[in-house]
Amino acid sequence: MSIMGTRVLRTEDPRLLTDGGVYTDDLRVPELTGAAYITIVRSPLAHALITGIDTSAAAMLPGVVAVLTAADLPAQPEGGDPTAEPLLAGDRVRYVGEPVALVLTEGRYQGEDAAELVSVDYDPLPAVPGVEEALTGETLLFPGTDSNVAGTGTAGECADAAFDGCDVVIERTIVNQRLAPVPLEPRAMAAAWTGDRLTIWSSTQNPQLARGAIAGALDMDQASVRVITPDVGGGFGAKVAVDRDAIAVAWAAKHTGHAVRWIESRSENMVAMVHGRGQRQTYKIGGTRDGRALAYRLDIVQDCGAFNRLGAFLAQLTALMAAGVYDFAHAGASFRAVVTTTTPIAAYRGAGRPEAAAAIERAIDDFAAEIGVDPAEVRRINVVPPDKFPFTTLTGATYDSGEYAAGLGRVLAAADYPALRAEQARRRGRGDVVQLGLGMSVYVEITAGDMGGETARVMVDDTGAATVFTGSSAHGQGHHTAWAMLVQDELGIPMDQITVVHGDTDIIPEAIGTFGSRSLQLGGTAVVQAAGEVKEQARRLAAKMIEASEGDLELDTARGTWQVRGDPATALDWGQIAQRAGPDGLAADARFDASAPTFPFGAHLAVVEVDTETGKAALVRHVTVDDAGRILNPVLAEGQRHGGIAQGVAQALLEEVRYDPEGNPLTSTLVDYAAITAPELPSFELVASETPTSINPLGAKGIGEAGTIGSTPAVLNAVIDAVSHLGVRHIDMPATPERVWAAINEARAGQ
Amino acid sequence: MIPAPFTYQRARTAEEAVDLAAEAGDDGKFLAGGHSLLPLMKLRFAVPEVLIDIGRLTELSYIRDEDGHIAIGALTRHHDLEHSGLLAAELPLLARAAGAVGDPQVRHRGTIGGSLVHGDAASDLPAVGLALDATLVVRGPSGSREIAMTDFFLGLFETALEPGELLTEIRVPKPGERGWSFQKFTKRAIDWAIVGVAVQGGRVALVNMGPVPARAGGVERALAAGAGPAEAAARAAEGTSPASDINASAAYREHLARVLTARALAEAASRN
Amino acid sequence: MKVAISVNGTQVEAEVEDRLLLAHFVREVAGLTATNIGCDTTSCGACTVLLDGESVKSCTVLAAQADGREVTTCEGLAGSDGQWHAVQRAFRAEHGLQCGFCTPGMVMAAVSLLAENPDPTEAQVRTGLEGNLCRCTGYHNIVRSVLAAARDLQQPGGRAPAGAAEPAGEPA
Repeated sequence: MSIMGTRVLRTEDPRLLTDGGVYTDDLRVPELTGAAYITIVRSPLAHALITGIDTSAAAMLPGVVAVLTAADLPAQPEGGDPTAEPLLAGDRVRYVGEPVALVLTEGRYQGEDAAELVSVDYDPLPAVPGVEEALTGETLLFPGTDSNVAGTGTAGECADAAFDGCDVVIERTIVNQRLAPVPLEPRAMAAAWTGDRLTIWSSTQNPQLARGAIAGALDMDQASVRVITPDVGGGFGAKVAVDRDAIAVAWAAKHTGHAVRWIESRSENMVAMVHGRGQRQTYKIGGTRDGRALAYRLDIVQDCGAFNRLGAFLAQLTALMAAGVYDFAHAGASFRAVVTTTTPIAAYRGAGRPEAAAAIERAIDDFAAEIGVDPAEVRRINVVPPDKFPFTTLTGATYDSGEYAAGLGRVLAAADYPALRAEQARRRGRGDVVQLGLGMSVYVEITAGDMGGETARVMVDDTGAATVFTGSSAHGQGHHTAWAMLVQDELGIPMDQITVVHGDTDIIPEAIGTFGSRSLQLGGTAVVQAAGEVKEQARRLAAKMIEASEGDLELDTARGTWQVRGDPATALDWGQIAQRAGPDGLAADARFDASAPTFPFGAHLAVVEVDTETGKAALVRHVTVDDAGRILNPVLAEGQRHGGIAQGVAQALLEEVRYDPEGNPLTSTLVDYAAITAPELPSFELVASETPTSINPLGAKGIGEAGTIGSTPAVLNAVIDAVSHLGVRHIDMPATPERVWAAINEARAGQ
Repeated sequence: MIPAPFTYQRARTAEEAVDLAAEAGDDGKFLAGGHSLLPLMKLRFAVPEVLIDIGRLTELSYIRDEDGHIAIGALTRHHDLEHSGLLAAELPLLARAAGAVGDPQVRHRGTIGGSLVHGDAASDLPAVGLALDATLVVRGPSGSREIAMTDFFLGLFETALEPGELLTEIRVPKPGERGWSFQKFTKRAIDWAIVGVAVQGGRVALVNMGPVPARAGGVERALAAGAGPAEAAARAAEGTSPASDINASAAYREHLARVLTARALAEAASRN
Repeated sequence: MKVAISVNGTQVEAEVEDRLLLAHFVREVAGLTATNIGCDTTSCGACTVLLDGESVKSCTVLAAQADGREVTTCEGLAGSDGQWHAVQRAFRAEHGLQCGFCTPGMVMAAVSLLAENPDPTEAQVRTGLEGNLCRCTGYHNIVRSVLAAARDLQQPGGRAPAGAAEPAGEPA
């Protein structure tokens, strides 16, 4: 029986559960013996000119190896991009937390002592704490530019005239709030010279991309840089490649010749690791009174933070996915990406797609409430039907496969939706303090959208053991287990004879790595293809060894042997064939480039209870379909769904990065930033659904971000639904108790 | 994340603790469970030069029935208060509140004395101490004295402890009125209270409704005058000055105080 | 100052800075890096170890405070015969971990929770782990793991011998 699709426990776990993973700060490799600890001095102001830096007191502290500032960096050529982001702030800081200096110390604990002694003179400038202020253009972040708009774009078109035929038109401005990714392991890096090469250990999702970024920034040959990825304690998109702090650490090693190691504190992480989301969204939706949604427009103002690292790109993705699962007659989106004196924004679980789903699912519920039709029914009427796939949306995405109405139907059936509505009606009739709210989403998302492909090498040695080298770079996803399953299935080599290797650019020089839920469909397919090539090599060799024709041979994957079909006496095992192949055994490389991205989809139903006196919402049930095509290992897929759902729920109910009017972060510790914990969540009810894609031979789409994309709008819709009978039509995220209470008051006052 | 350097001293007796504190003067602080002090030191908001560890003074960890009152050693941990059979029977308000402080790991270290002395109006136990009308026994260079809970909290993180004084015991009179309730409103289970209410009989104390732990005087006067729970609760915000911060506006806190007080009084009444 | 702490049954003595946190003592002096540091406000619980058998956040305990006491970390949970603790077995069987960074602290918190409450409800497990953050799993399988471990521990014999850790590729 094939192992594909079966529940297999993770091969990663024994180590992680006993000795623990080896994360970057755990490394005790000889190259890092005596490495200096780096502590980063950061700006305490959101926007200021640096008029002087005095490092003398810090440099005099015993144990201080060096204090580095922008003055030590190589001079930048004249006439460069005025909005380019430096490694260390030179004449100006643009966000609280921006790196200004590096302190290298012999001991770990001395770092903060020395950093406190670095004296920086700041001349404050007016802050630009949010998009509203940025759009006025009163204060520009970058001299030499004429506005704070870093990028604009559109997808599709939906002019005012498109709404002329609509009975009902609703326009609303909502917020998709800024979030902090909070991987449990903060950013960390170590660097050491080994001969004339720089070896980097980095907590990254993409060792090869990191190598490119570091080599480029340090003006080095890629061949002179090696990046090794130890275990990574979570990434969620925030550890894609490397960012300026990490590159500055690598530069410090290059500049001083000293081995260095760095791990940030959580407080630093909260202000200096990239944030996610951060959009102000205005939607306009129009349709008929009987539930047909005809036109949809979304206008986005994307907060980039102080530098446009990924802001415009994220907004473009939101625009691309704006129409969601619906078959509109007219749909269009536009965006402006603006810089603000805040932490830069980049990818965070979903990266542009949760924003799209949150807007359209809110708009659909808004429309449903306006016309008084059940939101499930409005969705059923308007989702793209299954016979229209592949479906190209008006905003430019071509969805490969989907069963949107069926997905919604299965979730509602699993939850017993009519019974829930009946319970809601009973509580409303009684005027209970604790009301029930039902919220749903039907979502679609784009995975492997980068179109960069992935690599793999499979080798079999003379003992019959296999080694898989993968370009994918796991940080919790369980790739080692999954890829071993693929090779067992393809070659019949048992999993306990298969080793998976990732994360060393010397061993795997060409790869993209892991983000955008691409790994199984691209990295996994590359593994299958490489294994397939090994299989063909083996077939040719076995044919010679058995003196039979290739066509008469079969691979018995249950036993892992090659033989003439029906004649087990001829059986050869993998070790024998690999021996015959030569001293290096069997080996094959593969690179898989998909022809297109894939589009997982799903439906979520959230059931919340809202205490109408305090406004506090509790999520009591969460039922989902998250369809990512063929599932390789349900254990892994479920884990990704659970984790995704939790982070999405957190956005709806709890988490928010906030700044004061001076651009000072207000949520820079885990006390103030409400990262979700176990008591705030129920156990989730996952419904299985597999609608394959034809884009790759595994039939697989990406599962990693789907749960997040579907859960946020469902939970927010549920909270609003719980109090809609009191007149509430919208609440911005996070739907904190005070926000719900305020919405109830406002609705009551308006009646 | 790393405290500034300091000198660590360990007291073997309460007397030694007081002596070491006298020596250290303004540069010294007592270290009990450390879960109020060490977090401040790790962020370098507090930089004492001398830490006097009193955490091994096991003779100050006890819960005793002393006839008219319960005597609790200042170094009794929240965990032990939470699981005390004696408290469950005599002072369930304290047992319940202690069980809601932080999380299990924090409760294994944090002490009632440390919490009271820290004097944070956002902490739960100061309000509970007020609702229980406790008396604090304090030991200093010139001997012991008693301070009524109602005289203890003077200002923002400011208590009536003189420099160098060590809190040794909390004496709680066995309540005449047995009805009690503890309402702690948070967004997440682990959070500090946005607002909290502790009720023991006719005494009502508030958590996080101002810079100083305080009783809800308006509510108490209403109850004493014979008002029912709903009517009395409507006065919960009287005389308070709650903060507006990232967790709540002052107006919302005032609303919560009223709602939680109503619920607390109703629950307390059901326990009478 | 000099401290002597028993870590997983082994005496570790060292001259350390007075301000050394127990978490760093464990990681750098005792050389046991399973215990991780994930925050600086005593919030995340990744640093949870047992101090004299009770869960504590080792980032908020001074090594000096643990002087002369017993510390147990995840590396010390398995029996001297190498057999895993029921909680370790359960986390594996129920896929209670993904990136693994929160896991040692989560496991130690769970061990302490079950020692104090051997038959918890789901709600009690969730509340009992309120001091431990996980970003990967959504807690769903962590809760299943703890409940499974509770059932396992209640079998006659308690820490039921299960043999060595399961081989790779063990079906779930």
